[in-house]
Amino acid sequence: MKYIDEYRDAKAALALIKKIKSTAKKSAVIMEICGGQTHTILKYGIEELLPTNITLVHGPGCPVCVTPLELIDKAITIASFKDVIFTSYGDMLRVPGSKLDLINVKANGGDVRMVYSPLDALKIAEVNKDKKVVFFSVGFETTAPPNAMAVVEAQRRKLDNFSILCAHVLVPPAIEALLSSRESRIQAFLAAGHVCTVMGYSEYIPISKKYNTPIVVTGFEPVDILQGILLAVQQLEESKCEVENQYSRAVRLEGNPNAKKLLTETFDIVDRKWRGIGTIPQSGYRLKEKYSTFDAEKIFNVEYITKEESPLCIAGEVLQGLKKPTDCSAFRTHCKPETPLGAPMVSTEGACAAYYHYHK
Amino acid sequence: MEQNKQYSVNDYSCPLPITDYDKVIMAHGGGGTLSHRLIEKMFLSQFDNELLNLQHDGSVFEIGGERFAFTTDSYVVQPIFFPGGDIGELAVNGTVNDLAMCGAEPIYLSVGFILEEGFPLEDLWRITLSMKRAGERTRIKIITGDTKVVDRGKGDKIFINTSGIGKVYPGIEISPKNSRPGDVIIISGKIAEHGVAIMSAREGLEFETAIQSDTLPLNRLVSAMLKVSNKIHVMRDPTRGGVASTLNEIASSADVGIEIDELAIPISEEVKAACEILGFDPLYVANEGKMIALVEKQDAEKILRIMKNHPDGKDAAIIGKVVSEHRKRVVMKTSIGSMRIVDMISGEQLPRIC
Repeated sequence: MKYIDEYRDAKAALALIKKIKSTAKKSAVIMEICGGQTHTILKYGIEELLPTNITLVHGPGCPVCVTPLELIDKAITIASFKDVIFTSYGDMLRVPGSKLDLINVKANGGDVRMVYSPLDALKIAEVNKDKKVVFFSVGFETTAPPNAMAVVEAQRRKLDNFSILCAHVLVPPAIEALLSSRESRIQAFLAAGHVCTVMGYSEYIPISKKYNTPIVVTGFEPVDILQGILLAVQQLEESKCEVENQYSRAVRLEGNPNAKKLLTETFDIVDRKWRGIGTIPQSGYRLKEKYSTFDAEKIFNVEYITKEESPLCIAGEVLQGLKKPTDCSAFRTHCKPETPLGAPMVSTEGACAAYYHYHK
Repeated sequence: MEQNKQYSVNDYSCPLPITDYDKVIMAHGGGGTLSHRLIEKMFLSQFDNELLNLQHDGSVFEIGGERFAFTTDSYVVQPIFFPGGDIGELAVNGTVNDLAMCGAEPIYLSVGFILEEGFPLEDLWRITLSMKRAGERTRIKIITGDTKVVDRGKGDKIFINTSGIGKVYPGIEISPKNSRPGDVIIISGKIAEHGVAIMSAREGLEFETAIQSDTLPLNRLVSAMLKVSNKIHVMRDPTRGGVASTLNEIASSADVGIEIDELAIPISEEVKAACEILGFDPLYVANEGKMIALVEKQDAEKILRIMKNHPDGKDAAIIGKVVSEHRKRVVMKTSIGSMRIVDMISGEQLPRIC
């Protein structure tokens, strides 16, 4: 496959590993933000190829994992209504809420459907006018533009039976929250390449300066990740702290202006709860007032639902990169993909699932 | 930890568990860990006998000095017509393949139809003709059957069950338990085509591709292979759950380790690309016309040559070997040279968000 195979090439990967080994004199703790990157690291066994003085920690970049319990409970409540068709990306279906998951709701007779795009949910709304069609709008800045577009389209087509349950989260505030934490031991970040295709990377420049931390915008294939690590290591060795773009084949400094404009017009930036981390200021999207008739939280009156996570939860520490999944006593014993105790075990991008499937 | 201890929520350090479902969920039929657990706890424990407990694709037994294989399978594929085939062809080929995997030449088939009220007879006719053609191709006769109709809304258009009986080739001993360290693992062609074709045709996915289902009877290929070697220890068709699940099942039932090489596994560019987009790992995607054979090393090249010369196995390749280390585990050498575990899938593969 063009533009993929080149980045999975053994020779290129081995050359980079050699270079990393000869460059890394000091020890370095590097966090990859995105769950997709975590999966590549585990799937290709990258950690075992790296020198021992480089530690990778896995960041909170899996939207499924960081969606708070109460939002899952809201989704489950809405999906259980008789006149609702609840649509969602596949990997949200298995995330446990406080009692059930969406798969349970389906087995109990709820109309829960997996879709690949919010526009598919719009189509369902168009042919099921007697039902209320709700789309679980989850993701980082990457999936926010198509979801915003679905709302704009629904308004244009006058589909008043369509709404979204908005759970969008933003990456830069999370990076800042992690860096400002006293427990943080992260020395460099690999930023999520796909988020940056939409948003660009200018917003990372002040963060990198303020916290004196290199940030490398990085892609998702093994050679991408290794290049990202090398760039981060080079900066750390030279005591630099810059924002570099490894993923230049997809990312520009300014990002995608059309998508960004759509986001500004559709969403307000609000404080948002992250599973296992807590509320991060100005870290999520909510539909603007002019689109409030498409806001499922308002339509179904579920704004009152709150749920506190267990204070014992190690999922939070995993998401913050403080612990590895293997540090959890439930890992592989009580917590498995088919019986997940926490969201990072559910999602294909979750750190715990990645460790479960690929780690020897 | 002690068995049977009741754990309270406070014993866990993660959010509230859903440890078990009290109703059937789709993943119970996905061919992964949940399916296996259901079968073990519910059925094997109660139907318990030495033939069933072997858990092969079918059972082999002796009548009057001759050995026969018997198997059954139900087909609920949606959509019923898909690129490269339909539910009828699948229902014949699938059961034929289960017999072939026992080292048997298929002879007779039974067919049970469950039809939903309102199902167009024209579609049923298409399916019937397709079953007839598939039967002729495999030289199997449909000798008994049953038809039931359920109320509209109580079924999904058409479900088909087929059972098959076949005669085991003399001197052939095929069983997942027979594999041993040193065996070479051969796959008969490119993987993951059926699953991707079905996904592409599924309503609402809007995913267009030229990928066709690989549905194919494997009995002709198997017959050619068994003619040149009696050193074939295991044959399996990696249907739901894909190559990864099948290899895990073999590793676990034979108590051996399996090592495969990612770069050696045949897969088309189209399927690879579709899996990239959908977020699927092709190792877990269903096949309907492929087989995995574990054969003795000394015969491996000979068997591979026969397979490659056969139209049903032209893309056959050696993808790995059986080892005595890491028992019950499948390990893969990745494209960049590291090793990683290939696990059994737990439920269904769920397409990812981004």
